[in-house]
Amino acid sequence: MAEEVKLFGTWASPFSRRIEVALKLKGVQFEYIEENLSNKSPALLKYNPVHKKIPVLVHNGKPVAESLVILEYIDETWKHNPILPTDPYEKAMARFWAKYMDDKLWPAATKVVVSKGEEQKAVIEEIQEQLKTLESELKEKKFFGGESLGFVDIAANIIVFLLVAQEALGLMEILTEEKFPVLHEWYQRLVDDAVFKECVPPRERHLGFFKARFGSSTASK
Amino acid sequence: MADEIILLDFWPSMFGMRVRVALAEKGLKYEYRQEDLRNKSPLLLEMNPVHKKIPVLIHNGKPICESLIIVQYIDEVWKDKSPLLPSDPYQRAQARFWADYVDKKLYELGGKIWSTKGEEQETGKKEFIECLKLLEGELGEKPYFGGEKIGFVDVALVTFSCWFYAYETFGNFSIEAECPKLIAWTKRCMEKESVSSSLEDPHKVHGFIMGMRKRFGIE
Repeated sequence: MAEEVKLFGTWASPFSRRIEVALKLKGVQFEYIEENLSNKSPALLKYNPVHKKIPVLVHNGKPVAESLVILEYIDETWKHNPILPTDPYEKAMARFWAKYMDDKLWPAATKVVVSKGEEQKAVIEEIQEQLKTLESELKEKKFFGGESLGFVDIAANIIVFLLVAQEALGLMEILTEEKFPVLHEWYQRLVDDAVFKECVPPRERHLGFFKARFGSSTASK
Repeated sequence: MADEIILLDFWPSMFGMRVRVALAEKGLKYEYRQEDLRNKSPLLLEMNPVHKKIPVLIHNGKPICESLIIVQYIDEVWKDKSPLLPSDPYQRAQARFWADYVDKKLYELGGKIWSTKGEEQETGKKEFIECLKLLEGELGEKPYFGGEKIGFVDVALVTFSCWFYAYETFGNFSIEAECPKLIAWTKRCMEKESVSSSLEDPHKVHGFIMGMRKRFGIE
């Protein structure tokens, strides 16, 4: 039976981009539908009536919502190139760190673009504490997933968005090589990965997006 | 080799209770250790250095944190008894979605009910009931969210039910009047020993929250 896979997303959402990474890693053909969040399509509202948010994956007409839930669904449905470990303990660790990205890093990242002055400096420090925590979890591994990109690396795409925002708004450098020798190298590997780099927003457009939305006097050096 | 299982918990926590239900469903023996959250043990700080929160499950010396992650871990390790998640990937995704929904909404809204007043409390109550109604709709005519047997979503949600009496008292409303089918579901769950032995007495929970309200000067 022919497979029908649709992804409802937006070009600038890390949550949406995560799904693209997973589908591409598995070589799954899909139709991408760009949503306008100020004018949500009837299809989106039908497929995600509870949250009315993107991303939503629709597989043979059946919708799955919430990015980490979708990632697990993709991994369980298309079993080659696994993104989660098979060992229950390792899997629990992967889920823990992916959740950390959403529960800690994301709120801090959204705060940093709207805060100013001293408050902004404090949020940046908080983010750097979080990055330190991530670095000590990464240790000697090439990726959080081991030899290749895994669940946590995909969830960590928030960091890409954070650093583009940092550049767009003229903020102090957050993920410095000096402070984060290990994480900095991991980050380079992440953004150089053949599949991952296809799934980040186009740079100039992304910079413009942050400048337009959050620019003004947020510069903090 | 016998499994060594320790649960670090704080008795009123609906999140800790989820783990207790899961362990009971699997018929597992474990050591229960009460934490004093105002004086956290060195073990808790060592086993959950990132969040310093309960519950933490320690299985043969290795810690697992975050209640829904722990429940899934338990389900995957002891997979031959009382499976909590379905085997079909789509059904699993739906179960994870709804458990995530409970996590995103109920604790915070419930908190507004017992810890705020006036308009903020009224909004909290209204949204809380809306969430329960949505969950009630998802339950539909099934005996449990998991179908014929209790599953992941049942475990995620039922532990909140022992906080309902407190919410109702401080919020001055009746959950049963608004969501009779959901209350019927909680009673059905409580007929199972894994649930009734894991949930705390609602009056005890009420007393605990009264103490918290006094401490935070909410009256």
